[in-house]
Amino acid sequence: MTEELLKVQHLKTSFRIKDDYYAAVDDVTLTLNKNEVLAIVGESGCGKSALAFSIMGLHTKAKIEGNILYKDQDLANMSLAKLNKLRGKDLGMIFQDPLTALNPLMEVGEQIGEVLMLHNKNMSKTKRVEKVIELLNKVGIPRAAHTFSQFPHELSGGMRQRVVIAMAIANDPEVLVADEPTTALDATIQSQILDLIKELKDGSQAGIILITHDLGVVAEMADRVAVMYAGQIVEIADVHTLFDHPLHPYTRSLLNSIPNAEREGEKLHVIQGIVPALQKLPRKGCRFSARIPWIDASEHEENPELHEVAPGHFVRCTCYKNFHFPDESKEAAHHGIS
Amino acid sequence: MIPQIILLSVLIFIMAKMMPGDALSGLIDPNIDPATIEAKREQMGLNDPWYQQYGRWVDDLLHGDLGQSFRYKMPVTELISQRLMNTLWLSLATLIFTYIIAIPLGIISGRYNDSLADQAITGYTYLGFATPLFIFALVMLWLFGFHFGWFPTGGSVAPGMEPGSFAYVLSKINHLLLPAISMSLIATVGTVQYLRNEIIDTKQKDFIHTARAKGAPETRVYNKHIFRNSLLPIAAFFGYEITMLIGGTVFVETIFSFPGMGQLFLESITMRDYSVVTSLVLLFGIASILGALLSDIILSLVDPRIRIK
Ligand SMILES: Nc1ncnc2c1ncn2[C@@H]1O[C@H](COP(=O)(O)OP(=O)(O)OP(=O)(O)O)[C@@H](O)[C@H]1O
Ligand code: SF4
Ligand SMILES: [Mg+2]
Repeated sequence: MTEELLKVQHLKTSFRIKDDYYAAVDDVTLTLNKNEVLAIVGESGCGKSALAFSIMGLHTKAKIEGNILYKDQDLANMSLAKLNKLRGKDLGMIFQDPLTALNPLMEVGEQIGEVLMLHNKNMSKTKRVEKVIELLNKVGIPRAAHTFSQFPHELSGGMRQRVVIAMAIANDPEVLVADEPTTALDATIQSQILDLIKELKDGSQAGIILITHDLGVVAEMADRVAVMYAGQIVEIADVHTLFDHPLHPYTRSLLNSIPNAEREGEKLHVIQGIVPALQKLPRKGCRFSARIPWIDASEHEENPELHEVAPGHFVRCTCYKNFHFPDESKEAAHHGIS
Repeated sequence: MIPQIILLSVLIFIMAKMMPGDALSGLIDPNIDPATIEAKREQMGLNDPWYQQYGRWVDDLLHGDLGQSFRYKMPVTELISQRLMNTLWLSLATLIFTYIIAIPLGIISGRYNDSLADQAITGYTYLGFATPLFIFALVMLWLFGFHFGWFPTGGSVAPGMEPGSFAYVLSKINHLLLPAISMSLIATVGTVQYLRNEIIDTKQKDFIHTARAKGAPETRVYNKHIFRNSLLPIAAFFGYEITMLIGGTVFVETIFSFPGMGQLFLESITMRDYSVVTSLVLLFGIASILGALLSDIILSLVDPRIRIK
């Protein structure tokens, strides 16, 4: 029933800063199945885009270790020429910021046509134009023929993101990587774009990696969820398990931090602090310990690994067993947050 | 643009008025009675209020009358028009060389930044910034003009040529080459650096990731996406290039004894031939303003985001 499409194994993506390499993605292992949405959540700077770019082979200067297996081919160790046969065809990507993701000097239709042309050398020009217009219609752009010859600056953010999506799906990819496709858009446009992505998935049976930091989006879209913190996956489970029985303290704090109507006025369990900069990240011991100071040092696992605690449910660290959120009063005393 | 030119003309008029002496001081025999000079002044309107004088000056200007050169004893208009074409050709040749050098160097330097080639090119641009043009031009003149004798050392054409003949055109080009190359080797470094920075900047733009994610090979990524977007600001740089050229021709024409407006300018300053100086300043000013306008027009043609209103 579930068919594995993409297997990321022990992926480590490091950037060179001064004379040293620092891992922005550190030992990530995950699997994407056919016809599923795998959400990757985590706060800003935790390495979500770095992971997405690694899968697409878009890092030009990073050091990539580990494997990214797609149909028994390793994307991480592949010649650029071979990779270019897959990118845009088997692998599509939707980018975070539609305002900058399009070439400002090229007509929108030409930009979508480019991806068709690159992978279908025999397609005639008229056929290509037809197909682009078909795609523009598919992603819900009104007056497609007119939009074809417009430039990106003439379109709204939502329309531009539709163009980016049209480009990503032009050759019916099997894997679609969507890096925060709605973060830069306002709320109503956001849900339209998400509906569109859902529709497309139902039509094509593709596997989608949906990166987001919006748990509302996760609840609506995802089949499985991976929670990322400081370059590592701290918990991965199907969406129901993750929302109902979150185990890792970070996941729990994330879930607690969703404001909702019922709990309005209550204090939010936002864990204090931000993701440390790459150079400052502790490389030994748990990366999270600094941010939950109310847990005694002896309770932390020294080098937390991903443990399978239930079928398909992985948690990095087993000391969640000892973990408890402090009373609100105690927490406030600790951090003085409100 | 029109207000700019009006402002320019007022400034130049004021400048001309502030220069010591007037059209008469140079002409007149010192033995003549001062009262006669005063009468002559009155007759020529030199004692009129400044705005009347300015009005007459502009009126003359519009009729192509820029006054008399006391040194050459001929109308300034005629004097300048003899030299205008020489300077135009020299500027055009310099511009062509400037871009012939800048575009490949900028592209190599920007595409392979931090490579050995890039370091060499960047080193050259620093040298270019640090070298004064007139010293460099002197060295070039001495080396390739006198020492090797590859190029003529002065003038704009060999004497005794039949104007319009093929040999005449060749000789003209031959006289242009060394000054134009000297000037462009120095003037180009700004453009090289500008282009390099533009390419490095464009390289990491999001839409370049988009192009790669489509499966576009690197050559296509560069030719279709990066270069097009980085050459565009070079068009905006064009106006500045023209201003630089004007400054450059003054030195280079003087050093190469090239009969153009720049040489005339420096000569007229030393000879205190003020009517020529003010006319040239006016022309240079208008050229700069036109250069800026030209930049805007080019930019609006190549950049769809800018439309001429
Ligand atoms: N090319 C690079 N060179 C050096 N460091 C980088 C590079 N790209 C990303 N980083 C660093 O890697 C870390 C992860 O960045 P990344 O962009 O993947 O975060 P993200 O999870 O996508 O955040 P956001 O939600 O803001 O998009 C950050 O600390 C960032 O500064
Ligand atoms: S090892 Fe300690 S700090 Fe890390 S997740 Fe587990 S309880 Fe938290
Ligand atoms: Mg990101």
